[in-house]
Amino acid sequence: MAAAVRAFDLAKRYPLGAAATYRTLRESLRDAALRPLRWLRAQRAERPSIWALDGVSFEVQPGEVVGIIGRNGAGKSTLLKILSRITAPTRGGIDLYGRVGALLEVGTGFHPELSGRENVFLAGAVLGMKRAEIRSRFDEIVAFSEMERFLDTQVKHYSSGMFMRLAFAVAAHLEPEILLVDEVLAVGDASFQRKCLAKMEDVGQAGRTVLFVSHNMPAVTRLCPRTILLDGGRVLKDGPSHEVVSAYLSSGLGTMAAREWPDPARAPGNEIARLLAVRVRDHQGQVSAAHDIRRPVTVELEYLVREGGHRLVPNLHVLTGEGLHAFVTSDAADFGHRRVAEAGRWRAAVTIPGNFLAEGTYVVGAALSTMDPVAVHFWERDAVAFQVIDSAEGDTARGDYGGPMPGVVRPLLPWTNERLPPG
Amino acid sequence: MPAGTYRPPVSLAPLLRIRPESAGLVARLSELLEQRELLLFLAWRDVQVRYRQTALGVAWALLQPLLSMLAFSVFFGGLARIPSDGLPYPLFAYCGLLPWQLFAFALNSSAASLTANERLVTKVYFPRLVLPLSSVLAGLVDFGIAFLLLLPIMGFYGVRPGPALLALPLLLLLALATAVAVGLGLGALNVRYRDVRHALPFLTQLWLFLTPIAYPASLVPERWRPLLGLNPMAGVVEGFRWALLGLPQPPGALLAVSAAVASLGLLAALLYFLRVERDFADVI
Repeated sequence: MAAAVRAFDLAKRYPLGAAATYRTLRESLRDAALRPLRWLRAQRAERPSIWALDGVSFEVQPGEVVGIIGRNGAGKSTLLKILSRITAPTRGGIDLYGRVGALLEVGTGFHPELSGRENVFLAGAVLGMKRAEIRSRFDEIVAFSEMERFLDTQVKHYSSGMFMRLAFAVAAHLEPEILLVDEVLAVGDASFQRKCLAKMEDVGQAGRTVLFVSHNMPAVTRLCPRTILLDGGRVLKDGPSHEVVSAYLSSGLGTMAAREWPDPARAPGNEIARLLAVRVRDHQGQVSAAHDIRRPVTVELEYLVREGGHRLVPNLHVLTGEGLHAFVTSDAADFGHRRVAEAGRWRAAVTIPGNFLAEGTYVVGAALSTMDPVAVHFWERDAVAFQVIDSAEGDTARGDYGGPMPGVVRPLLPWTNERLPPG
Repeated sequence: MPAGTYRPPVSLAPLLRIRPESAGLVARLSELLEQRELLLFLAWRDVQVRYRQTALGVAWALLQPLLSMLAFSVFFGGLARIPSDGLPYPLFAYCGLLPWQLFAFALNSSAASLTANERLVTKVYFPRLVLPLSSVLAGLVDFGIAFLLLLPIMGFYGVRPGPALLALPLLLLLALATAVAVGLGLGALNVRYRDVRHALPFLTQLWLFLTPIAYPASLVPERWRPLLGLNPMAGVVEGFRWALLGLPQPPGALLAVSAAVASLGLLAALLYFLRVERDFADVI
């Protein structure tokens, strides 16, 4: 079957330094007039430049959902900009077998002076939809945004959350064969982010080709079966997401060991409680994304109780990089005590023992619930992620075996093994 | 996107090839044609937004040419006694101001269109020509409104247009072509050199004086008059007066020179714009 995207030897050079910044016409003219020789030479000479991409090749099959990760400056955004034709490559090329839609920013094309209704049409057109398409999907878009009541209000009177909801609703109803998404999920409040991720999941499952650039490793691991790791403008690794993300996290290039919500007003949660931070610590108390399989891992949860008098049970969901639920754990100390939480800041921590989880990437979801009747105050699905590494020094469940070992857990269990007496 | 199974169409040849060198002129103009809806949407947006949060609203489209006409009539027609080809001076001036204000608006807004829409340029792809063209298009609405005011003024002075009125759309086209040519060139230049923004008001003013709006082209000796046509707006303004006010002699030579200059200018500006267009997102 033909590929959906085929990139070969893709390279992009940006001029660097003075030549790249604004040159006034006066400077250009003066240089040309006063120092014609030097000016000519400067025009011809190689200006200092940087290769944002340098020989990137890959193929994406139709229906594949591919994550693109890497540090800032690794070339992720440049790649998307070339794919979406915003900028041209310096070398190489891309063949695209399908209509391309790009979401490089939520709210592109919106104008603050226009009403929500007018902006739906305008932004739709800017993103490449035909008027007939927008009209036929208008009700769907509005329903998704839950903004029916404010459609005729000028967008400049919207809160940023309202703006994001409407803007994303338009973008989410784009129906290209190949969808490019860049970090749009990094904005907005938690419930909005969840909605975006869920929508992304739908898109992937609907069989479209998706290229998803993100810093959110847990989301990449969960949404994309395959991930491409860029570094210094080259493909460092391309393969199954859990392997590539593991390599990325353990290389120290990126960490997802801690997430903090400094502004409680925008943090996940409701009027009873809000999530403030989730951190993964090693046995010495250091925040760390990489953990020795023999050592315990502590996950802590900081939250703000805004309204006292409720029984609040913190709980954590630990998923493997492949998206399999490893286990769920909740504050066992509370069982039977029926303790009621007073308002204020709280910290809950749970320690996962050493020699328990297998090697690999783990994604942690953090929640705070009330059990009777059941209510969820916050539920941050991809809060943090960490790595478990088996150094294979002979004293782990691995023993001296160096090959692949399946399983979600890798406990060091007490074995007996004795020779039976003959007879 | 609705959930459910979606089958990507199987295509053998790529729908799109992205290469360092840009696509041909024809391919890009046909792409522009495909994006005509976006062009109209952006023009509509500019019209919608222009008079929002103003007390007088769309009345400004009438006030601007009207007040200019009054000022011209008092200072040039009244005090300076500039001749007006035997026509009532206010009518003479208004007829010149009508295409001029369209031109000046189109020129200024298209030259600023790329930098004013920087977010669009850096975050989404579409043929960049859409931006200057849509802002020129948006200027037509004001022109239409101002044009309606011309009818009562003509009625007041008892002036009737002759059959030359049929040439008006062509003259309008000439004015737009001139504005697009200069707007494309300066717009593209403005992406790299913001000096354009500062030079533009001066350029517009100088151009106003070079165009026979406050004075008639007949002030220039007959022999040299076609030279005046090197400024295509001279042809447009003289043409407007001929078409609307029933002057006997068409400004033939003047118009021919103007049309030739405008066509060449438009072609040159288009080629320049298309050559540098691909770098806009990188340098803006």
